[in-house]
Amino acid sequence: MSHATTDTRRQYWELEPHHHPEGASTSLGFWVYLMSDCLMFAVLFAVYGVLGTSFAAGPGPKDLFDLELVAVNTAMLLLSSITFGFAMLAMGKGDQRGTLRWLAVTLFFGLCFLGIELYEFHHLIHIGAGPQRSGFLSAFFTLVGTHGLHVTFGSIWLVTLMVQITRTGLIPANQRRMVCLSMFWHFLDVIWIGVFTFVYLLGMI
Amino acid sequence: MSAEHAHAHHDDHGHDHGSYSSYIKGFLLSVILTAIPFGLVMAGGFESRALTAVTVIGFAVVQILVHMVYFLHMNGKQEEGWTMLSTIFTVVVVVILLAGSLWVMYHMNTNMMPQMDHELMQGFGS
Repeated sequence: MSHATTDTRRQYWELEPHHHPEGASTSLGFWVYLMSDCLMFAVLFAVYGVLGTSFAAGPGPKDLFDLELVAVNTAMLLLSSITFGFAMLAMGKGDQRGTLRWLAVTLFFGLCFLGIELYEFHHLIHIGAGPQRSGFLSAFFTLVGTHGLHVTFGSIWLVTLMVQITRTGLIPANQRRMVCLSMFWHFLDVIWIGVFTFVYLLGMI
Repeated sequence: MSAEHAHAHHDDHGHDHGSYSSYIKGFLLSVILTAIPFGLVMAGGFESRALTAVTVIGFAVVQILVHMVYFLHMNGKQEEGWTMLSTIFTVVVVVILLAGSLWVMYHMNTNMMPQMDHELMQGFGS
């Protein structure tokens, strides 16, 4: 008899599906989206790797890039990453004002990054090193521009979320959106590590 | 036993927002791991260009891992390991894609452009 009870316990199966709260799988789904985005960036990195030395007798990385400007840009993105982290911590404590304040700081650093990048692009196009100049510059503008476009849309999302939090507070739906945007924002910082390493630093060696 | 399991299961789903100390630690590590390669390249790098390149790429890989752990809170337990699994899958695909593209195109360039092949050209001439 005791033998039978052990057997029953061993053959215990969970037939009912897990009861997940609404949106429980959102973060995994969003992560899978980020991974597909990562593949897209990988293709652009491969394009840059293949075309990166096709200068068409035009200017190369050493003639064009200013490492100090890139270092400042990198600092902006890194600072925006940690301030978003602080926004997440403030959200964890239920501090709505703190969350909004840190999001505003994050937005400021994000816009600084975009401003510096636009200045760099404008400067390059102004001196005749636009995307049509050579294969190297086409690949450069595509790769760095796509990253910049991601930061732009991240900033728009950030503003949208700040409006939503102001209107409805830190409700679960807004918290879920914050988790997604934080993953998006940190992911863009990870991609930027690849950009400044493979495009700027390796180009200047 | 099943109750215990269910409890652990729910904990795994809780979003880990990290702590101040972990964010600061990640930030400081990132600053160091960014400053060293920038400083190295700005100072002119090592005598061997290949060594400089490998060092810079090494720092980038470590910094990506730091970001994954301290900012994205990656660990093997999140979403019952599916986050980690999808990441590993992506990394494998990215490595194949990058290494394959560069390898193939490098050989295309060296083997298929006759004007680049000076020895062969001289052979035709004589």
